Amino acid sequence: MALLLVTAIVLLYGVIYPNFSVVLSSFQRGGSWTLANYREILGQRIVIEAIISSLGLSVGTVVFCALVGVPLAFLFERFDFPARRLFAALAALPLVLPPLVGTVAFIFLCGETGILAHAIQNLLGLANPPWRLRGWVALLLFHTYTMYPFFYVLTGAGLRRIDASLAEAARVLGAPRTTVLRRVVLPQLTPSLVAAALLTFMTSMASFSAPLLFGGDVRVLTLEIFTARQRGDFVMAITETVILAIISLGALIVFQRYEGTRRFAAAAMKGTTRRRVSISSGAARVLATIAAVAFAVILVLPVVTLFLVSFAQEGSWTTQTLPSAYTVANYRRIFSDTYAAEVFFNSLTMSAIAAVAALLWSFCIVIVLRRRRETGKVVGEGWRRLLSLLILVPWALPGTVVAVSVAEAYGEPSLLLGSFVLVGTFWILPFVYFLRFMPLVVRALQASMEQVDPTLEEAAGSLGARAWQRFTRVTLPLVWPGAVAGTLLAFVIALGEYVASVLVFVPANRPISIAIASELRDFNLGTAAAYGVVLIVIISISMMVAGRLERLRG
Amino acid sequence: MAFLSLKNLSRTFGSTHAVAGVSLDVNQGEFFGLLGPSGCGKTTTLRMIAGLEKPDSGTIEFQNADITNLPPERRGFGMVFQNYALFPHLNVFENVAFGLRARHKTKAEMTERVTSALELVQLPGYERRAMDELSGGQQQRVAIARAIAIEPALLLFDEPLSNLDVSLREETRSELRELVTRLGLTAVYVTHDQEEAFALCDRISVMVGGKLMQTGRPRELYEQPAEISVASFLGRNNLIKAMRLSSSKTSDGEFKTLEGGHTLHLPVNHSDLAPLNKPVYLAIRPEHVQLNTNGSENSLHGNIREIVFAGATSTVRIDANGLLLEALVLRTDGLQVNQPCNVILSPDHLTLIK
Repeated sequence: MALLLVTAIVLLYGVIYPNFSVVLSSFQRGGSWTLANYREILGQRIVIEAIISSLGLSVGTVVFCALVGVPLAFLFERFDFPARRLFAALAALPLVLPPLVGTVAFIFLCGETGILAHAIQNLLGLANPPWRLRGWVALLLFHTYTMYPFFYVLTGAGLRRIDASLAEAARVLGAPRTTVLRRVVLPQLTPSLVAAALLTFMTSMASFSAPLLFGGDVRVLTLEIFTARQRGDFVMAITETVILAIISLGALIVFQRYEGTRRFAAAAMKGTTRRRVSISSGAARVLATIAAVAFAVILVLPVVTLFLVSFAQEGSWTTQTLPSAYTVANYRRIFSDTYAAEVFFNSLTMSAIAAVAALLWSFCIVIVLRRRRETGKVVGEGWRRLLSLLILVPWALPGTVVAVSVAEAYGEPSLLLGSFVLVGTFWILPFVYFLRFMPLVVRALQASMEQVDPTLEEAAGSLGARAWQRFTRVTLPLVWPGAVAGTLLAFVIALGEYVASVLVFVPANRPISIAIASELRDFNLGTAAAYGVVLIVIISISMMVAGRLERLRG
Repeated sequence: MAFLSLKNLSRTFGSTHAVAGVSLDVNQGEFFGLLGPSGCGKTTTLRMIAGLEKPDSGTIEFQNADITNLPPERRGFGMVFQNYALFPHLNVFENVAFGLRARHKTKAEMTERVTSALELVQLPGYERRAMDELSGGQQQRVAIARAIAIEPALLLFDEPLSNLDVSLREETRSELRELVTRLGLTAVYVTHDQEEAFALCDRISVMVGGKLMQTGRPRELYEQPAEISVASFLGRNNLIKAMRLSSSKTSDGEFKTLEGGHTLHLPVNHSDLAPLNKPVYLAIRPEHVQLNTNGSENSLHGNIREIVFAGATSTVRIDANGLLLEALVLRTDGLQVNQPCNVILSPDHLTLIK
C-alpha cells in the first residue's frame, strides 16, 4: 500500500501535474481561457516552418537510417568474413555518445574548419573551404551517423529471432531467394523495423544539439522553443511545447496500436538456428572486408578527432589539416580549474541522485505492476495499463518538453508544492534527469523480472519463505545485475544531458554539457574536446561495468 | 477422517473452468495420483493444494483444519516442480537448506538435515556444486532433497519426471516410491503418464476437462472404468456402441451392437444396470480379445485388416461386419491379412459403460 502511494505521488508530481499545467497554460492568456495562443502561433510562418522542418527532418532521418542500417544488419548478421567482428563491436558506438559531444566531434571532423574540409582545401589548394556544414545535408548526415544503430541493432536482433527453418521451408516449397526475402523474412522483420523507425523518429524529433550548432536555416521545433524561452516569450514556448509533445505522443500511440494488432507467435517448437554464410568468392570477400573496415573507421573517426583536438594547443589549429601543436594543458586546465571541478561535481552528483532515485522507484513500480497469481493483483488491469503508459510518457517526450513543463509547473508557488519553487534551485535538474531517464531503469528491471522463472518464488513459498524473504533471497539476487546495469545506463546518459539542462540550469547546478557549450562559444576547442573525452571515458567505464553485469545475469 | 480433503474445489481462468467441483480424500501414508490428459486441471488442483492458486469456491482441509486461505509458506508442504525451480544463484547446499533457513534452524541442524537429505537422494558430497554443473537427473534429485529436507507434512509432485529421458525416468520412479514409503510420507503426484501413475500410486483420481471422473486403485480403474472418458484415456480399449435388447432380470443381458449388428451377452449383475433401448458402451481391452479360439459365447466372424508388429506383441485390426476391433496377440501364427478369423469377446472381460 505504501508502495502504491509512492508510485502515485511520483507520477502525480512528475508526470501528470507538469504536463497538465503546460496544456492548461497554453490555453490561457491574461487569466482567461482562450484559443488565441494557438491561433496566433499557428498563424506565424516561422512556426509552421518549424513544424514542417521537424517532421521533414525526422522522416528523412528515418529513411536514411533505414537505408544504412538495414543492409548493414543483413550483411553482418547473415555473412561471415574477415573484420566482421571489428565493425559489429563498434556498431552501436554512436548511440552511447552524448548528443552534444557527438555534435562537437562531428564539427571538428566535417565542419568547414574541420579536418576533412581542411584536408581537401590544402590538397587542392582552394581559397575557401570546399563546403559549409550547414542545413539539411549536415543535419541528415549527422542524424544518420548517430541514429542508424537503431535500425542496425533492431534488424539484427529481428534476423536472429527468425527461425531459419521457415526460410528453409519456403525454399523447399520452391520459392526463390528473393521471394523468401519478400514474403517470409521481411514480414517477420516488420515489427523490428517499425520499432526502429519509431525510435529514430522520436529521437530525431527531440534532437537539439545538432540543429543548434549547425542547423543553419533549418529551424526545428526544439530550437524554436529554446529561442522563444531565451527571448522571454514563455507563452509561445509553452504552446510550441504542446505541439511538439502531441507529435511525439502521436507517433508513440500509432506505434503501440500497430504493436497490438501484429504479433508473431514466438516459435515454440525447436527451430533451426541459422549459421552465418561464409563468403567464399574472393572478390566479394575482399569487398565485404573493405566495407567492414571502412565502416568501422567512419564510426570511430569522430571520436578519434575529438581525442586529437583535446590535445591541441588552444589557437594553434587554424588552416592546417591537423592541429600543429599538442599539449596536455587542456586536461590540466579542466582538472585544476575550480570551475571545471564544480561542473564535474554537479553532473556526477545530479546524475547519481537521479539514477539511484530511479532505481528505488523502479522497484516500487515493478512490485506494484507485477501480476501476483496466488493473491490476486495489487492493482487492476486497467490501472496497470494506465500506470505503464504514464511511466512511458517522459520517455516519449523530447527533453525540451519535459524541461519546459517542469519549469512551467514548478516556477511559482503552487497547490502541490506550497510555497516551494523548484525553478532556480539545484534540485530542478536532478528532478528533470530522474523523469527523463527513469523509464529506462523501469524497463531494465521489468526485463530482468520477466526472466525470473515465476516458479522460483512459488518454490520459495512452498519451502516456507515469507514474502519479504522471497523477495530478498530469490528475486533480488537474480534481478540486481540487470537493474544496476539499467541504472548505470541512466546515469551515463544523464551525465551528458544537454537538451533539458540548457533550458533550466542555474549557476548552482551547471552541468558538464553547459561547460562544453560555453567553451565552444569562447572558441576553446581543445578544452571543449577534453571535456568530451573525459565524459566518454566515464561513459565507457560505466558501460563496461554494465556489460559485465549483463553477462553475470545471463 | 481423511488426511487431506478437497471439497467441491473450483477455479476458472477467464472463461475456462480449469477445475470444476473436485472433491477427493487422501489418506495418511498414501501415494495418491492425479492422472489426466494435459489441460485437464490436475496441475491447477495440485497448485491449490499447495496454496499457489486460490480456489474460486470449495474448501481444502488438512488434518481436519481448513487451510483454504492459508498462504503456501505456512502450509509446510514440500513441492517438486515440473521444471524443478531450483534457485540458479544458489549452490546445492543452499538450495536444499533454503526451507530450513526460512525456519531459522541452527547451522548444525541445517548441515545435518541437508547432508541426510542429499544422502537419501544419493547425491552425497554435491553440496558445493552450482546448478549448471548438474545433469537433468541430478537437478531432479536436488529438487526432491529440497522438498523432503523440511520434513513436509505432505509431498506434492507436479510431473517431476517428465523432463527426464525414458530409462532414467523408470529408474527414478522406483527410487522415488521407495523414498516416500521409507520416510512414511503422504504424497500427491500429478502426471499425464498412465504407466507412471499405475507404477507409483496406491490410488488414482482420473481428471478430464476439469472434472474428477473416477477414483480408485490402478487395477480397478483399468478393468472397470466407470466413464467412457476414463476407459478411452487409460490404455487402448475397444469401445463398442450397443443397445440392450431384453429386459429379463434372470437371464444374461442381451445387447445388439450398433455397428455390425452382432448380439453380445453380458452377465446379469452387470447388464441389469443398462437402460433399455438406449445406446451404451461395451468396453473390452485389446489383450482380452481372443482370435481363432474355441468358444461359444460372443463369437463373431471377422476379416483381418491389418497386422502391426510391435516386438513382443502384435496388434491385429479386425473388421467384423462393420464393427472395427483391435486385438493384442503374442503370436501371429496362422493370421494373415484379408483372411477371415474368429473373434471371441468373452463376457467376463466386457465392461458396461453408461
